[in-house]
Amino acid sequence: MSASLIVHDPGLFSTIQDAGRWGYLRYGVSNSGAMDKVSLHIANILVGNDPGEAAVEFTASGGVYEAAADSCRIAIVGGNFPVAIDGEPAPPFSSCTLRRGTRIDIGYAISGMRGYLAVAGGFDLTPILGSVSTQVRFGLGGLDGKPLGVGSPIPLRNEEAPPDGDRCLDPALLPSAGGPLRVIMGPQDDYFTEAGKQTFLSAGYRVSDQSDRMGYRLDGPDIEHADDFNIVSDGIAAGSVQVPGNRKPIVLLADRQTTGGYPKIATVISADLHRLAQMGPGETMRFSSVSIAEAEEQYLALAQCLETIARSMEPADAESLKTYRLLSINLIDGIL
Amino acid sequence: MTVELGNAVDIGVNEAVAALEQNISNAGIEGVLETIPTYRSLQVVYDPARIRSRDLIDRLSGILSGPVQGVAATRRWTIPVSYGGEHGKDLEFVAGVHNLSSDEVIRIHSGAEYRVYMIGFAPGFAYLGGLPEALHTPRRDNPRALTPARSVSIGGIQAAVSTMPVPSGWHLLGQTPVRTYDLTRPEPFLLKTGDRIRFESISHQEYRRLDAAAEKGDIIAECEVTG
Repeated sequence: MSASLIVHDPGLFSTIQDAGRWGYLRYGVSNSGAMDKVSLHIANILVGNDPGEAAVEFTASGGVYEAAADSCRIAIVGGNFPVAIDGEPAPPFSSCTLRRGTRIDIGYAISGMRGYLAVAGGFDLTPILGSVSTQVRFGLGGLDGKPLGVGSPIPLRNEEAPPDGDRCLDPALLPSAGGPLRVIMGPQDDYFTEAGKQTFLSAGYRVSDQSDRMGYRLDGPDIEHADDFNIVSDGIAAGSVQVPGNRKPIVLLADRQTTGGYPKIATVISADLHRLAQMGPGETMRFSSVSIAEAEEQYLALAQCLETIARSMEPADAESLKTYRLLSINLIDGIL
Repeated sequence: MTVELGNAVDIGVNEAVAALEQNISNAGIEGVLETIPTYRSLQVVYDPARIRSRDLIDRLSGILSGPVQGVAATRRWTIPVSYGGEHGKDLEFVAGVHNLSSDEVIRIHSGAEYRVYMIGFAPGFAYLGGLPEALHTPRRDNPRALTPARSVSIGGIQAAVSTMPVPSGWHLLGQTPVRTYDLTRPEPFLLKTGDRIRFESISHQEYRRLDAAAEKGDIIAECEVTG
């Protein structure tokens, strides 16, 4: 009997995502991949996977899953989602080893927007263009290019959990998350007036309901164009903030179109994209401008932080789990 | 990082983009992960853990001021197109706009050589430059929510070949049986930036024959490599 994770309820919107589909932007294929790569990374290393292994990415609510394997080891990382394993609250920042038939219940987000359910050994799926990440719009990757549906089993590579035990990490090591989202201005900031740029960098912008894996449409004060708001199409990076004719910014994300014809006032730095991914409709963000050199420093610092977490992981024993459970509410808030 | 080489739909700018990409590829810069050529700029994706922006900018500046080296061979594709009818719902409309007959539109459209300026918007979607001025047509007032896969269309001063159903405000002149995007092939994408394209008018009957062959995996488009 082949091992799988059975989806009894996929939550609001759940897809398979890994570190992304790289090398095909030039052919019009967006990267896709986890919106919050930091949480994906941590979920994976907790179960001993490569940091970029595929996991279930769930949105706003997690759903109900069942272990259909002799045993399997899972970790759930991301926003603050209530998790119950066979009805018992699960320890955060720790892997869990499950017996066949164990039920995983992931509720609605208390805070944050996305979570990742990683399984030791990963899912047994066929990569499309080098990745199993799901891109629903063009039907690529995942399970037939679709979001998870009720009853769909996700095949697992391992029949049973690896012999090394569960691991946990010290949440104090997680990247800190306060402050405005940092951006590098440009590449087309010259398409905006000084007043327009000032508005962008001083006002608060609220995540609208029209926000998904392609991008976040933001509500807030109008950003004034200098003249024309059409450019000859060029490439769109993850985190690009484009401002079309209605003067409201759109931050383009994992499933974005690869090219576009609206001027881009700024780009959210790579090190802050995971924070953006945890913001849901109604939440307000501010932007602050940093240099390219500073953005690179932050990227390297984040990589360093993840390495420290990997080195500091400890075997999860009953005592430490109890402590985490007591502290869990504050601690999970800390991931944002 | 984005290197902007102009802000125009212009063959000179697009050739400069292609030359820059070729030179970056030849230089084999450590830490450059991916380059994305567009109409008028080259997006360079890099890993700051392997190269920092100041060094990358130095390298790119050196390449930009140096001569173009080893430009790749040019590929010239002949793409069969069934014009009009169910395959190209806007052929008669476009003819009307320009006071031409449908046959004249077909003759002008299939008489030109196009250059792939950019692949973008959707997987394999090819934006083409080189549409004769006689066919420059403003886009539709009401974009269609979905257009047929493999549509051959025009919008403004541009032309395009699509791969899958996408929303579009461009005018549909015809449909090609050629799969320019096919995940079952080892090389899923047929076209790349800088390729040249000519369209060849085929009958609806011929379309059905070629479509069946393409469905079985035949490329059916002819390719000539020069330079």
